[in-house]
Amino acid sequence: MAQVNEKKLLNAKTMEENALSSRDYRFGFYTDIESESIPKGLNEDTIRMISKKKNEPDWMTEWRLSAYRHWLTLQEPKWANIVHPPIDYQGISYFNAPKEKPKSLDEVDSEILETFERLGVPLSEQKRLVGVAVDAVFDSVSIGTTHQKILEDQGIIFCSISEAIQRHPELVKAYLGSVVPVKDNYFAALNSAVFTDGSFCYIPKGVRCPMDLSTYFRINAAQTGQFERTLIIAEEDSYVSYLEGCTAPMRDENQLHAAVVELIALDRAEIKYSTVQNWYAGDKDGRGGIYNFVTKRGLCKGAHSKISWTQVEAGSAITWKYPSTVLMGDDSIGEFYSVALTNHRMQADTGTKMIHIGKNTRSRIVSKGISTDEANNNYRGLVKILPSAENARNFSQCDSMLVGNRCKANTYPYIDVRNNTAITEHEASTSKISEEQIFYLQSRGLDLEHAVSLIINGFCKEVFTKLPMEFAVEAVRLLEMKLENSVG
Amino acid sequence: MFEIRNLHATVDGHKILKGINLKVNPGEVHAIMGPNGSGKSTLSKIIVGHPDYEVTEGEILFLINGKMTNILEMEPETRSREGIFLAFQYPVEIPGVNTSMFLRAAYNEACKHQGADEMDPLDFDVYLHEKMKLLDMDDKFINRAVNVDFSGGEKKRNEILQMAILNPRLAVLDETDSGLDVDSMKIVANGVNTLRTKNNAFVVITHYQRLLNYIVPDFVHILQDGKIVSSGNKDLALAVENKGYDWLK
Repeated sequence: MAQVNEKKLLNAKTMEENALSSRDYRFGFYTDIESESIPKGLNEDTIRMISKKKNEPDWMTEWRLSAYRHWLTLQEPKWANIVHPPIDYQGISYFNAPKEKPKSLDEVDSEILETFERLGVPLSEQKRLVGVAVDAVFDSVSIGTTHQKILEDQGIIFCSISEAIQRHPELVKAYLGSVVPVKDNYFAALNSAVFTDGSFCYIPKGVRCPMDLSTYFRINAAQTGQFERTLIIAEEDSYVSYLEGCTAPMRDENQLHAAVVELIALDRAEIKYSTVQNWYAGDKDGRGGIYNFVTKRGLCKGAHSKISWTQVEAGSAITWKYPSTVLMGDDSIGEFYSVALTNHRMQADTGTKMIHIGKNTRSRIVSKGISTDEANNNYRGLVKILPSAENARNFSQCDSMLVGNRCKANTYPYIDVRNNTAITEHEASTSKISEEQIFYLQSRGLDLEHAVSLIINGFCKEVFTKLPMEFAVEAVRLLEMKLENSVG
Repeated sequence: MFEIRNLHATVDGHKILKGINLKVNPGEVHAIMGPNGSGKSTLSKIIVGHPDYEVTEGEILFLINGKMTNILEMEPETRSREGIFLAFQYPVEIPGVNTSMFLRAAYNEACKHQGADEMDPLDFDVYLHEKMKLLDMDDKFINRAVNVDFSGGEKKRNEILQMAILNPRLAVLDETDSGLDVDSMKIVANGVNTLRTKNNAFVVITHYQRLLNYIVPDFVHILQDGKIVSSGNKDLALAVENKGYDWLK
């Protein structure tokens, strides 16, 4: 069943949108460092080259090649409500890394350290964030991970996926591709063939991770794709909160980011995964920006396990992303909290899938879409309740807010129930940011921007409260910055 | 301190106000009565600068820094910070925005504008509770989102609370009594009376004479078809209550 609510808004005379100039993207700078990349193009030799550069075991190379061979048989999916010129997969370089290979964080090129400092993620011993361990990924490689020692003492593994393949092959072999199979979809197959780096987290049985783990992804080089791969495993009775941030320089051409993230939660384990996505979104006319085609999926494998996705999607020219949860264990819980903001000519087709398999499984979806200028913002979500899922419950709420009269918002909820003990609820709303609300606040002394920011933050509150504190503050600031010139 | 001179206004091309004159001195309470569609709400919205109304003629003067200044070109937020307040007939809901946080933001905007220090959350909380006591309001009120899930009476009381917090020099009450039961009306009227000083003024717009038993006006004006057709003291309101509006035409 697919319901389509399309609403183009008319009549907003007090809200002629001004174009947000690209100087407002303060992460749009480029770091000039010596790097090595492989020639553009994609074939089996490219994949062998990537695998060799990373000194991978044969099984990994073969895994990549089989993914590549399958990818060749696939077509790019066409069902999403997005439009873009064909992607030239032969026009991309699939590997780009700083030339100097640091042995530890102390040896990292000072230019790169400065870059991360400018991004608000200092890595050096003296300045690093206290409560958060950071894995910093620069183009195709992880340049280092902080606080590793403290984590190791508790048996927690937090490192780049490349390092994990070398040092923990048994874990990688057991879980890589177990939630998002190589053949899952076009972009997942591509990622499996050419992924370069990303993070690996392993939380042993009974351990509550003492700090947030986070990965900061930075695309720097031009004409390079970034193919991140992240794998998080939470053993029985463990807990971890993981954060992810992303930025890229401003460029006129589009760049491809195709990630795969897999989460596994065993009995009574809990994984909280938060994203603030702020890839470069292109300029006001839609030139440039990142194509963000991402497959994120969690498996609640154990009974009473819980996976919670929280995302603030504020960047990328195109977002194609559906962080999903497979509720296999009895009494497991899946949650999805999302704010997607699109302005200028950004396009977002994002949502979630909740697949109920186990008994008494519960899922909750709260999605807030905000669209301004000429942007196109879509929620697409699937709630599927299989015959085995006795007493499954789902609650979904999808709200869209439109700012101005040239943007669009669509909601595509799919609900597929195969067990008659299930209860699903779906609520949806589309509203225009109301002139009466703005005027009311203005008549109390708040200026237009302050009024709009209050209204938008109120609209997103339920999602923001799910974010870790510092992330919530950043998210609020990010939305304010993006909306600054969109209303008025 | 406040004067409307020959005010003409239209909305969507329709003439609503056709030459309003009104002069308000500090310490006065003026009541404006009139039948439906006479332009009462339009007048209140224009005073605070609602963008839907177009003033085609006339001016509105307000005493700012010792000088009578035309406020028609001022943004709504500037008028508010200068001390003009409207209690809305239909207060607007703002989901997700905490009432006490909103009140503090509004209060601090006025402080900033007037060159005073902003109030920190703790001091503001004390200040807020003083004002709430005045209006017989409890904590659950200010911990909710602005006007969301408020009853009609609570919304109106929230307007008066905002007025008490912002302490305006000129307050316009647009049918604050409509939809209120007698007890709520007494609470609201009592709040207004407590806030009356010799330095501020009120313009009370109402359909019913009843409210004026509690908020006693110095002047009563009858608005009909976009003009003030009659002015008098509180007895005029009683006459209207008994005879209706037609005899004034």
